[in-house]
Amino acid sequence: MREIAAQTITDQVAKLCIDANYFLGKDVLDSLNAALAKEESPTGKAILEQIIENAGIAQEGEFPMCQDTGFSVFFVELGQEVLVTGKTLEEAITEGVRKGYGEGYLRKSIVSDPLQRVNTKDNTPPVVWIETVPGSELKITIAPKGGGSENMSEVNMLNPSDGAEGVKNFVVDKVRRAGSNPCPPIVVGVGIGGTFEKVAWLAKKALLRPIGDRNPNPFYAAMEEELLERINKLGIGPQGLGGRTTALDVHVEVYPCHIASLPSAVNIQCHACRHKSVVI
Amino acid sequence: MAEVIKITTPLTDDQVKKLHAGDSVLITGIIYTARDAAHKKLVDLLAEGKPLPVDLKGHLVYYVGPSPARPGKPIGSAGPTTSGRMNAYAPKLLAIGSKGMIGKGEMNAGVAEALKKNTSVYMVAVGGAAALIAKSIKQSKVVAYEELGAEAIAELTVVDFPAIVAQDCHGGNIYQEGIAKYGIKD
Ligand code: SF4
Repeated sequence: MREIAAQTITDQVAKLCIDANYFLGKDVLDSLNAALAKEESPTGKAILEQIIENAGIAQEGEFPMCQDTGFSVFFVELGQEVLVTGKTLEEAITEGVRKGYGEGYLRKSIVSDPLQRVNTKDNTPPVVWIETVPGSELKITIAPKGGGSENMSEVNMLNPSDGAEGVKNFVVDKVRRAGSNPCPPIVVGVGIGGTFEKVAWLAKKALLRPIGDRNPNPFYAAMEEELLERINKLGIGPQGLGGRTTALDVHVEVYPCHIASLPSAVNIQCHACRHKSVVI
Repeated sequence: MAEVIKITTPLTDDQVKKLHAGDSVLITGIIYTARDAAHKKLVDLLAEGKPLPVDLKGHLVYYVGPSPARPGKPIGSAGPTTSGRMNAYAPKLLAIGSKGMIGKGEMNAGVAEALKKNTSVYMVAVGGAAALIAKSIKQSKVVAYEELGAEAIAELTVVDFPAIVAQDCHGGNIYQEGIAKYGIKD
């Protein structure tokens, strides 16, 4: 077994929280620049320019790219031969969120109870998904998620007879109904298959893939491209004020499912498409 | 899109009438922040016929919940939050002389009607351009409801705060016009 001290995890997680909120990924920035070159709406162009300029200002390290620094969602790949010492893995990550959101001047956006709504004042607890993998490494990915785009997400238990067309229509219609709310340009995560809860997880996990990355299965790669084209024909445009750039990309993730089901889910990600990983 | 229009608060009816959906504006002067909780308090006071803690006459209300300010900075990142949550409140503040709002996302028909009736304007700032927007905010002072923390009402002094007119006092609505213009039917 390889031992990793909880404190090491906490320190790395704190850094991830800060880095994710101040440094926009190169894939997102490149795709925003490509969209700017193609955008036909003058307002849309002006908005894309502001978003790109904003990313540059955030990078200086004083202002996070968006004031909504999100719910801290983690995807963890835990090597089977890793032993976390001192605290549980979840506790170590939670402590890292507390530290990172404090030291990084990030907004605390979590309430302790969904109905009584008292702010926890340190952005905890996070949402942590752990998968075990072979080996002795620990990979932690953070994806802080803003409320504006998360609220525009949906699970739809379709009938198997609805088929690929039914799934595609659901996705496009969901994006149309979301309109300006998720701060377009957006990235669209689509989950297909599994169960009610698994499909939502798939849609969220799909958002971690870099922009421009295609599903390895040619059938789903083609579906991603078709969905992207249909979504960008909606005309919603940057911030919903009209234009060609509604989505930067669409990622589809699938899982086997029950003979009677066709679970489908859409998780929308705003242009503040933040994720950062560390391998310990 | 024509050139950028510079406006200074407080606004007059004449200034508001010159603004049309799609115009880019740079705002200078005072704006007041308020989101859900503060709106509820303000509207409750109005219902009781009591005076408000801030004079909104001619002023704009900015829907924002900023991130914490670093030492030496007036504010943290400060982009707009979703305006639709304030649909029920906005007409009541417009009725007492506020000249408009800044937020993100479309506001409903009731607000559109109130914008016409009270010669006022709804503008949007770019959601997620929060660091850029923060640079136009020179001062921030809490003026009411300090107990609400990030949701307290603050008086912001802004210079060239970037916004776009989304819904104007003439019934113009960039959401509807923009999407109709750029949508492609198969
Ligand atoms: S949807 Fe994204 S960009 Fe828009 S306010 Fe929320 S976190 Fe920021």
